[in-house]
Amino acid sequence: MVETMSGIPLDPAYGDGLQPGDYPFTRGLYPTGYRSKLWTMRMFAGFGTATDTNARFHALLRAGGTGLSTAFDMPTLMGRDSDHEWSVGEVGRAGVAVDTLADMEDLFAGIELDKVTTSMTINGPAAICMAMYIAVAEKSGVGRVHLGGTIQNDILKEYQAQKEYIFPPRPSVRLVTDLIRFTTAEMPRWHPVSISGYHIREAGSTAAQELAFTLANGFAYVEAAVAAGLRVDDFAPRLSFFFNAHSDFFEEIGKFRAARRIWATWMKDRYGATNPKSQMCRFHTQTAGVSLTAQQPENNIARVAVQALSAVLGGTQSLHTDSYDEALALPTEKAARIALRTQQIVAHETGAASVVDPLGGSHFVEWMTDEMERQANEIFDHIDQIGRGSMLEGVYAGIDDGYFVGEIADAAYRFEREVNAGRRIIVGVNEFTENDDDEANLLSIGHATEEMQIKRLDQVRGDRNDDAVQASLAALVEAAGQPDVNLMPSIIDAVQTYATEGEIVAALESVFGTYVETAMV
Amino acid sequence: MSETSGTSPLSSVDSEPLRVVLAKLGFDGHDRGLKVVARTLRDAGMEVIYLGLRQTTDSIVAACEQEDADVIGLSMHNAGHLTLAPRMVQAVKEANLGVPVVIGGIVPAEDVAVLIDAGVAAVLGPGASAEDVVAAVRAAVTRPSPAR
Repeated sequence: MVETMSGIPLDPAYGDGLQPGDYPFTRGLYPTGYRSKLWTMRMFAGFGTATDTNARFHALLRAGGTGLSTAFDMPTLMGRDSDHEWSVGEVGRAGVAVDTLADMEDLFAGIELDKVTTSMTINGPAAICMAMYIAVAEKSGVGRVHLGGTIQNDILKEYQAQKEYIFPPRPSVRLVTDLIRFTTAEMPRWHPVSISGYHIREAGSTAAQELAFTLANGFAYVEAAVAAGLRVDDFAPRLSFFFNAHSDFFEEIGKFRAARRIWATWMKDRYGATNPKSQMCRFHTQTAGVSLTAQQPENNIARVAVQALSAVLGGTQSLHTDSYDEALALPTEKAARIALRTQQIVAHETGAASVVDPLGGSHFVEWMTDEMERQANEIFDHIDQIGRGSMLEGVYAGIDDGYFVGEIADAAYRFEREVNAGRRIIVGVNEFTENDDDEANLLSIGHATEEMQIKRLDQVRGDRNDDAVQASLAALVEAAGQPDVNLMPSIIDAVQTYATEGEIVAALESVFGTYVETAMV
Repeated sequence: MSETSGTSPLSSVDSEPLRVVLAKLGFDGHDRGLKVVARTLRDAGMEVIYLGLRQTTDSIVAACEQEDADVIGLSMHNAGHLTLAPRMVQAVKEANLGVPVVIGGIVPAEDVAVLIDAGVAAVLGPGASAEDVVAAVRAAVTRPSPAR
């Protein structure tokens, strides 16, 4: 029995008409919401060498965690080795450094990979990291069929917002669909794409643009996978989403509700999905890093709490709360703990988890949900039109002609002008300022990691069989030249020879080319 | 900016508009701030040469020579500023360009003095207003910096 602090018993949901769990899921995916399963408090972490992060993983598992979430450093995310000229100063800094299978072996040493789920946040080289994870598991006797987890693998938003692309869009989407085909056939517990609006919003978009660009990317992947020969109900239940929770409370809640409704409607009506799981928009949420202020940083704890509450009232499946010191650096352990505690307070003290969609039926929230959908539909119309009836082609066209980056830059500039003119108040920045801002105690990461990682890479290169490496890379190049061949098996072969991530990327670049953004303001 | 006019620091008071090269070095892809700065400087009457992402010190020096730039503006969000900013200053010195380097982005307070000592003309942190950005760029050009 769930009751309020004062002892009033509560039903799982209130209101007539559409109920939580009813198509199109505006009010939530499940009738009993967080009563049956609380959201997952998935906190993203990664730093230093694989051995450093492995120790953190073991500590998390000892503390009762069952899910690991891996942050990679910039060179790894960009598909370059730790000794690349641009890697200086970046190795192990914003996440863990992974150059070869040897690093992935260290990262997951002593962890039973059939007992945990692992989230890997990587996009351009996602197929390579996936191959390394499979190779590590199989070396330890765990078949790929038993692996559970998520790889972000959402390349389209990289061209639009986060800018961690390697190859041009079309061959990159081929890698995405190769991974979808591969996991659909061989890894039933794996989520092969996490379609992400988070970075679009961080880059400056409005809430409606975040919603629309993200779902449009989702439709694009559906069309690409169908074109690659899959049936929609075979893979769509494994697609998931990742949204931002920003500061405008009711707008965010409207956005989350609209996301579920739009996805369900399109999947059913446009793509013919009949399995309800294919129609369900499951999402992870992270609070808005960009909303954190360097001024009076403790105020960020309040911002994060309100944003987290909007994600919960919006029905998120999992949540990462940002740490108050992240406007200036990676979080300290204390700041990360406060961020987790903030979620626990929302979960266990506020009653927000007692009733599903508690704001459903509010005149304002229902209107905002409709308004988000209306604005998103205008954007879908544009993308569909420039794609001549294909959302996939529309997204490609919008990347080529600068539509996405232009819209995002316009919105970001509009926001900054409003703040600068004082029309929009940011507490501690343009109002309620103090002259003696205390700077938080910041985490700093030294250079020792970089030297160790490069030494490790040299050692792996020295110990491996170079002929096997070269043969595997040649086979990969050959396969990449044939558009119908799934590249996952060749990539798995290559990582098993201890070919580096940079070498595999270079092999693929020799066929696919390298993407260079047209610089525009 | 449309909100300001006359002699406000955002309007152009230069007879010859300042020429500003804006870029991001290396892997760092956070370009939201740099694009806002580009539009802000343009609205203040400056000529902005926006190089965008994945630039090197060489490509920036080459652009400065070709475009006869007065200032280099670099945006840094990946904690690489202590490595990358002094390299840029050094590259400018070696090329004998005499162009000041202004850094914007995520730079902790304790690092600002280190960068200024290394020859950076100005550091603009999060929360710098449009006026701050324009004023810092103008001041960098009129005041000799150690990079020259």
